[in-house]
Amino acid sequence: MIRCTRHTAAFSLLLLLALLAGAGRVQVVQSASYDDNPGNRRTQIARWSQPRGDIYIGDRKVTGSTDTRQDLRYERSYTAGDLYAPVTGHASQGYGATGLESAEDDLLSGADDRLAPFPFWHEITRSLRPPGDVHTTIDRDLQRIAYDRLAGRKGAVVALQPRTGRILALVSTPSYDPQQLSSNGRDTTAAWRRLTRDDDQPLLNRAIRQTYPPGSAFKVVTAAAALENGVVGDIDAPTRTPSPYRLTGSNTLLRNASGGCADASLRDAFAASCNTVFAKLGAEVGGEAMAATARAFGFNAGEDELRLPSPALPSVFATRQDAAQVSLSAIGQYETRATPLQMAEVAAAVANGGQRMRPYLVERVTDGDGDTVGVTRPEVAGSAMRPMTAQLLQQMMVDVVERGTGKRAAIKGAVVGGKTGTAQHGVENSAIPYAWFISWAKSGGAASAADVAVAVVVEDAEAHRADVSGGGSAAPIAREVMKAALD
Amino acid sequence: MTAVPAEAAPGAASNAAAAAADEARTRRRIDTPPPAPPQPRRGGSQALLLAGAIAVSVYGYINTGLALDGSVPGDTLRYAGGLAALALIGHLAVRLRAPCADPVLLPIAVLLNGLGLVLIHRLDRDAPTAQPGAPAQLLWSAVGVGLFVAVLAAVREHQLLQRYGQRCAVAALVLMIAPIFFPAVNGARIWVRIGGLSLQPGEFAKVLLAVFFAAYLAANREALTYSGGHRIRGLALPPRSVLGPIVAVWAVCLGILLLERDLGASLLFFGLFVAMLYVATNRPGWLAVGLLLAALGAFAMATVVPHVRDRVDGWLAPLAGIEEGAGTGQLAQSLFSFASGGLLGTGLGRGESELIGFAGKSDFILATAGEELGLSGLTALLLLYALFVSRGYRAALGLAARNDDFGALLAVGLSVIVTLQAFVISAGVLGLIPLTGMVMPFLAQGGSSVVTNWVIVALLIHLTHAARKPTPAAAPAESAP
Repeated sequence: MIRCTRHTAAFSLLLLLALLAGAGRVQVVQSASYDDNPGNRRTQIARWSQPRGDIYIGDRKVTGSTDTRQDLRYERSYTAGDLYAPVTGHASQGYGATGLESAEDDLLSGADDRLAPFPFWHEITRSLRPPGDVHTTIDRDLQRIAYDRLAGRKGAVVALQPRTGRILALVSTPSYDPQQLSSNGRDTTAAWRRLTRDDDQPLLNRAIRQTYPPGSAFKVVTAAAALENGVVGDIDAPTRTPSPYRLTGSNTLLRNASGGCADASLRDAFAASCNTVFAKLGAEVGGEAMAATARAFGFNAGEDELRLPSPALPSVFATRQDAAQVSLSAIGQYETRATPLQMAEVAAAVANGGQRMRPYLVERVTDGDGDTVGVTRPEVAGSAMRPMTAQLLQQMMVDVVERGTGKRAAIKGAVVGGKTGTAQHGVENSAIPYAWFISWAKSGGAASAADVAVAVVVEDAEAHRADVSGGGSAAPIAREVMKAALD
Repeated sequence: MTAVPAEAAPGAASNAAAAAADEARTRRRIDTPPPAPPQPRRGGSQALLLAGAIAVSVYGYINTGLALDGSVPGDTLRYAGGLAALALIGHLAVRLRAPCADPVLLPIAVLLNGLGLVLIHRLDRDAPTAQPGAPAQLLWSAVGVGLFVAVLAAVREHQLLQRYGQRCAVAALVLMIAPIFFPAVNGARIWVRIGGLSLQPGEFAKVLLAVFFAAYLAANREALTYSGGHRIRGLALPPRSVLGPIVAVWAVCLGILLLERDLGASLLFFGLFVAMLYVATNRPGWLAVGLLLAALGAFAMATVVPHVRDRVDGWLAPLAGIEEGAGTGQLAQSLFSFASGGLLGTGLGRGESELIGFAGKSDFILATAGEELGLSGLTALLLLYALFVSRGYRAALGLAARNDDFGALLAVGLSVIVTLQAFVISAGVLGLIPLTGMVMPFLAQGGSSVVTNWVIVALLIHLTHAARKPTPAAAPAESAP
């Protein structure tokens, strides 16, 4: 009996060891995988257990948190949500996060290691780290003016500071109020359904997450390529281009919207936006050299360069094309596509003497005590062209505003350079074209540094086709934004 | 019974070691079982340990309040006072009625009961609208301690219980049949409702059955061990006349439980029966038969009974519901809870184990302990159970050495009950075995269970007292080879 009692006791001990091993397996070995399981609400509960950090425009915050006293306790709130949605994005309990809310989520939710002076201690005590704040580069006035001027039309505006790459305005319309998506209840589901099914795509951030054919606005890049590659030596010399121009190796005849393009000089062709001249120049530069210049301006960039930190879509210039395709690409058609951000960078690179600065949206980040824990410093993304080429392009862009297609962007007392674009698209180019205007402005004379570079795109289904042109629809918006930046 | 050599070392039964060390040490001397040496009275140690148990429980209560409200709960003194009063009553009863009893049993019971109250109270706080469980649990604990005192007072010598073996069997059967006449709750017919009270008579039946098995096996040990009956494939079976009644009782138990769909209890009774039979007969063959029967039964149940099959499926793939988009199952929530606790736990009041939902305070109470106290706290808890049970087995060894077959068998039976209950539910919520409803002794919410467990403690106190008390008159005679 004693022996068997011991066996029974030993068996009990075995059961205890099995329990300890099982507990160790669940609590230590597999712990991380259970913590990350999508069915585990703890991550969500912890995430919303304290007020989220805030996003600042200038010295004012445009976000807040509401105590719901629910399971997921604090809910995101926004002041002027529609206006800043392309900047902030949304932070939803049910539908994830976008924009800076997503890109700076670690900091805003308190998970960022920079917020904890003693990470190991936090690991042990599991105390919550107060979240940090994000201070953006956005200029409140520019943002507001660009938003108001778009006046509900579909489109986008991006304004940059050419010498730093600071993003001063990032507007996309039609917009939405991110607060509608903050919660996870029935109302939020309804709002999500409504927004995702809306034909106008209010959730789409057109400024950085939508590419358009850039049309004639791309001629800035083509002109730079022609000058850089020695195809054009003198911008005032005739380019020997017939009008209409027959694309190499095809029977397609390219025509111009305006007259005076036959045998025009580069300067005149730029001011009048002659398709024929730029198609020919593109073919002469060649596909590879065109692609190289486009790349130098920021097209076909990798993911890293596109982090603002909100991720922008890459703009595309096709590599490997035949001569006719290069010609079409050179006038911003065919497969060439650009985000408004990219076209603002093109204008900024010209205005900054050929140096392209990496665009950024976050000035600095602070911890819970308001101490700065991270600062973005201006960074050269690369040289888009030689300073000499940039000088010539600046002259040409000024001509566009002074006597060419972009007169409506002129500002009294300031030097303004610009380029219009009216991009055809749709089947047989039947859809209402996109209107582009890219420009820069200097307040201190032609030799001074530019204060602002702007890209405006308007895609408006309701406007009359004749009205939708870079000079007509987009240039006035750019003018107001630049004017505000100069004041 | 093996003859007891006189030279066996008295130190072998020292009460210093935990189960592990004890086992390792005693197994080496498997053929020289130590007689339980006379033990000094350990009232002082027991009082000290009780004070520690109350201190830990009250600390946990304060800790919960601090985490949830940022302040010490206003009723801390009431909770501490209530627990201390219960402990004091228990302590005095032990000092009066069983002065030589093991000083560890009562403090462990008080500590587990106290921690259980803290955990239930903590879960009450997460569901402010639902009916709170802690006050009722405290009331039941008081009833349990009352019964503990009553058992200590009424049962002068545990041997007296041997006479009531048959009556215990009848009472157990009645208790187990009773719920059939009441409506099923959550798929299991294990409840009896009288007035506003819900009782699980099956809980009480456990102790009664242990007493019956011990009495019957002790009386028929000889016959069961030295069989002259049939041999089936080399396995010698005891005569049918001896074996018949006991198998009948066992089969009836299982039958009733299958009707009541209480899988956990079936497992417990079966395990209890096999273990006690093995200890009584010294025959490993019983274990083989038992395991075979258990395997067959488990397989049959898993394939035939849909509710059992669901449990097995849920155990094999606890996260399947999430992948199918059907939501997070209870076992998955339990695993998430444990995982969230990690090594050190979130701290009392700071976990999210309320996500488990239904049965969070009863079947799944251990998940809350695992989440908020971590693997370290959970290990400490499990070691408390191990220590408790090891004292039961030691009493069995001591009583066996004193030729008290009934006492030894009863001690084994009670220890097995606590072991199996703790294991089956812990392993279930940890995903080690299919989940079966069972009450974590002392810790989980459940009046019948708390009361029964206090009776088990009272009986074990009696048994340890008997195993440890000096036997001046009988000592020379008993230790003769």
